[in-house]
Amino acid sequence: MSAHESGLEVHAVGSTRLFVMVWVWLAVITFIEVFLAYERLRPDLMLTLLVVLSLVKSALIVSYFMHLKYEKIGLALLLIPAAIFCICMIIIFFMPDGARLLQMRLTP
Amino acid sequence: MAETKTVVGVPVSSAWYGGGSPFAINSKKFGMWLFIVSDTLTFSVLLLAYSYSRLANPNWPRPFEIYPAIAKSTSMTLILLASSLTMVLGVAAAHRNDRAKAVRWLLLTALGGVAFTVLHLTEWFNLFREGYTPWSTPQGVPLFGATFFGITGLHMTHVSIGVIYLVIVSIGYGRGKFTSDDVEVSGLYWHFVDLVWMFVFPMIYLMSVSLAG
Repeated sequence: MSAHESGLEVHAVGSTRLFVMVWVWLAVITFIEVFLAYERLRPDLMLTLLVVLSLVKSALIVSYFMHLKYEKIGLALLLIPAAIFCICMIIIFFMPDGARLLQMRLTP
Repeated sequence: MAETKTVVGVPVSSAWYGGGSPFAINSKKFGMWLFIVSDTLTFSVLLLAYSYSRLANPNWPRPFEIYPAIAKSTSMTLILLASSLTMVLGVAAAHRNDRAKAVRWLLLTALGGVAFTVLHLTEWFNLFREGYTPWSTPQGVPLFGATFFGITGLHMTHVSIGVIYLVIVSIGYGRGKFTSDDVEVSGLYWHFVDLVWMFVFPMIYLMSVSLAG
């Protein structure tokens, strides 16, 4: 029963064309990232660009490949803020000290 | 028609009561989503540990040249992305009840995982030959070995488990033991493994590319 229902749902939202398009975009973003690695950018700029591009990629994977875009909105509202909150808590504990270490290294 | 059963005025079939399915997905899929969130945190902590150790060490090793390391890891990324595409096509075929096609796509996905693991292992052995091990590096920064092999090793474990999982699901689905929902849940896991690599690849390989070699 449920297989039948979700079958109808998938038929309505995901075509092979769409999946191939998403995949092409993921590959293009990957090549942009590799190209960035060839350029000698400042490390902080490089890190920001790479993290932003990776977040775009993960959003594409989660919403189309993992189908979250077509689930009930409540599921995304439950999972994504929880993950972001926990990651922010980890960063709050790690990063001030990391920045201090970097400064100690850079000042002679 | 029987009257709707209510508890404190709420119909038991309503999502608020929990009698219905609040997220309209089966429990296996919900369980996989919760596992994915917790695994996201595991990998975020490991990547942050890598970055923190890197900030703290002035002579952090950067053994990743354009060739072979970056070229190899880029092709590994593309293989993993391609296996995600075959996975999603397998799930779509399963939802159309096209068993033979779904099994073929699943096995192709597992093959992608095997190719990824083999390529990754050849890279590991390159690093071993250059003197990088999980507990030592030529520069005398054992933390690099610990965090690098820890993260990539845990990811490789996920890929290997995923390959086994996909083979089991494809056999079970081919024999009619599993439903298309089980195929979809295995797809969630596989896409997550792909997603993790989308952060490991730029944060570890691309961030430390050296053009000097």
